Amino acid sequence: MNLRIKGVGFRYDSRKALEAVTFEAVEREILGIIGPNGAGKTTLLRCINNTLKPQVGVVLINGEDVSRWDRRRIARHMGLVPQSAVITFPFTVLEVVLMGRHPHQSLFGGESERDLEVVREALRLTDTLRFATRPVTELSGGERQRVIIARALAQEPDTLLLDEPTLHLDLNHQLEVLGLVRRLTRERGLVTVMTSHDLNLAARYCDRLLMLEQGRVYAVGAPEEVLTPANIRRVYQVEAEITRHPATGMLHILPLASTG
Amino acid sequence: MCDTRAFGWHERQSVDQVDRLYTVRQRRRVLVPVALALGLVLTVAWAVQMGSVDIPPGTVLRISLHRLWPGIPPTWPPSHEAIILDVRWPRILLEMLVGAALATSGCTMQGLFRNPMASPYTLGIASGAAFGAALAIVLGLPFYALPAMAFLLALATVFVVYRIAGARGGTAMETLLLAGLAVGSFFSALVSFMLYIAGEKLAGIVFWLMGGFWASDWDKVAIALPLIALATGGILLFSRDLDLLLLGDEQAQSLGVDTERVKKIVLALSSLTTAAAVCVTGVIGFVGIIVPHLMRILVGPGHRLLLPTSCLVGAILLICTDTLARAVIQPTEIPVGIITALLGVPFFVYLLRRRKQILEW
Repeated sequence: MNLRIKGVGFRYDSRKALEAVTFEAVEREILGIIGPNGAGKTTLLRCINNTLKPQVGVVLINGEDVSRWDRRRIARHMGLVPQSAVITFPFTVLEVVLMGRHPHQSLFGGESERDLEVVREALRLTDTLRFATRPVTELSGGERQRVIIARALAQEPDTLLLDEPTLHLDLNHQLEVLGLVRRLTRERGLVTVMTSHDLNLAARYCDRLLMLEQGRVYAVGAPEEVLTPANIRRVYQVEAEITRHPATGMLHILPLASTG
Repeated sequence: MCDTRAFGWHERQSVDQVDRLYTVRQRRRVLVPVALALGLVLTVAWAVQMGSVDIPPGTVLRISLHRLWPGIPPTWPPSHEAIILDVRWPRILLEMLVGAALATSGCTMQGLFRNPMASPYTLGIASGAAFGAALAIVLGLPFYALPAMAFLLALATVFVVYRIAGARGGTAMETLLLAGLAVGSFFSALVSFMLYIAGEKLAGIVFWLMGGFWASDWDKVAIALPLIALATGGILLFSRDLDLLLLGDEQAQSLGVDTERVKKIVLALSSLTTAAAVCVTGVIGFVGIIVPHLMRILVGPGHRLLLPTSCLVGAILLICTDTLARAVIQPTEIPVGIITALLGVPFFVYLLRRRKQILEW
């Protein structure tokens, strides 16, 4: 199972958002997409799952061009956890996660025993079984985020796309959600692509990072290769000090001053 | 019913809870509509007894069955047969069809627009149909041209509104709302102009605008029945897609909904349903707004239960109100649109004050 992005370019009416983006991601790997505001992170995710149609280039899953698939087929392969997915209607958590089964159900058919089985498993993996009968509108941000991840898992995807999964979450929930993403990626053999603004968390949880600058790939590789003071100065216009924690060996990025 | 071996001991209780909720949900989807369908049958049975001429219930039943099963000996005066078969039955069937159509269409529009203010008439259908009807009356066209004109102009209005809003590729729902408002106002102005120049035909137009069932006959049932049944049935197939659309386009798409296509089809079906209802009875307000809100409070936001229950309750409600409308000041009657507004608005205000979630959905 692999995901290949080849020469993807996208422009909105008035400006270029992505240009010649090429990379590859494989199963059991978390690829982090980083870059400043407006670098094209979210646009790239949308191009991957074809909610935006790239004007040039292709997105390939196992060598197959995704733009030729219909939405249902794409949804059976890719789960999306969108940026702050607020649900304002009082669906129960169970119902929300069952929605992940939509691409597997026919126009006339209802839910099957198998749908319920998959949903149960998704609830268990995300540790959301406990509040599965509650309305999703009553949950905290961290709980809701896990429900949305459970819904994406219920799609039984091979690729998981997450757009700023830790936005608006407190420290504890940030670690909890990313720990979950890492566990799922390893256990289920997923290809995970995730955007992030938090360089420290990205360095800690992603296997590889892809740094975008104004819609172009500026650097790609292991976190310590991508997160260098020179790269951060160039792409973020920030002087940063990069250290390794003496005990844990984790990268630590300390922004010092803006040079922009 | 479930295999819980894969789950840890402490998780079993939660799994059981999930299974129970799932089972209850599946059961509710069957039982609630069946109960309401029974309610509808009882309502029809009650309504067919009601009227200015007293006919014993047994006779009503035998006359009704006589048409289906001619073996029953006719022991009643022909005038009673005419009242039951040619006056009451077509009228009740139309009330049922129109109530079901407006409630389903209102529910669909509110879901599609994610807006509690949306109604069957949001895209300007009512004004378009009213203009068609007024034009037919003013031009003195034969009586059967009136529903045809109303129907065609209703659909033409929606088409124009959709084209205006969809001019730039994707259809923005906000643009659609505004386009509906604009085109609706335009046709309202034309209707006012028609009223102004109508002369002695003024009363005809005004009566049509108020909406009612006094001119019900089997021809109208024959027009409305297939259109409303097919379009409503079609909408029900998209219940799951409507649920997903409530989450917004991005989430719906990522879950496998072709949002543009679904919106187009469902808008077309909803418009067809509304146009079929409006062209046979004129503009009847509030059923399409109140019933879906009431049902949303009672059965929740999921369209697989919300749509069929709204449909059935809409039918029941309109049969009841119209039966009242013809029973209050016999032998004359009040246009049912007045009753739905008079009863509906206070009830709606009560709901608003008790359950503020209507505005917070």
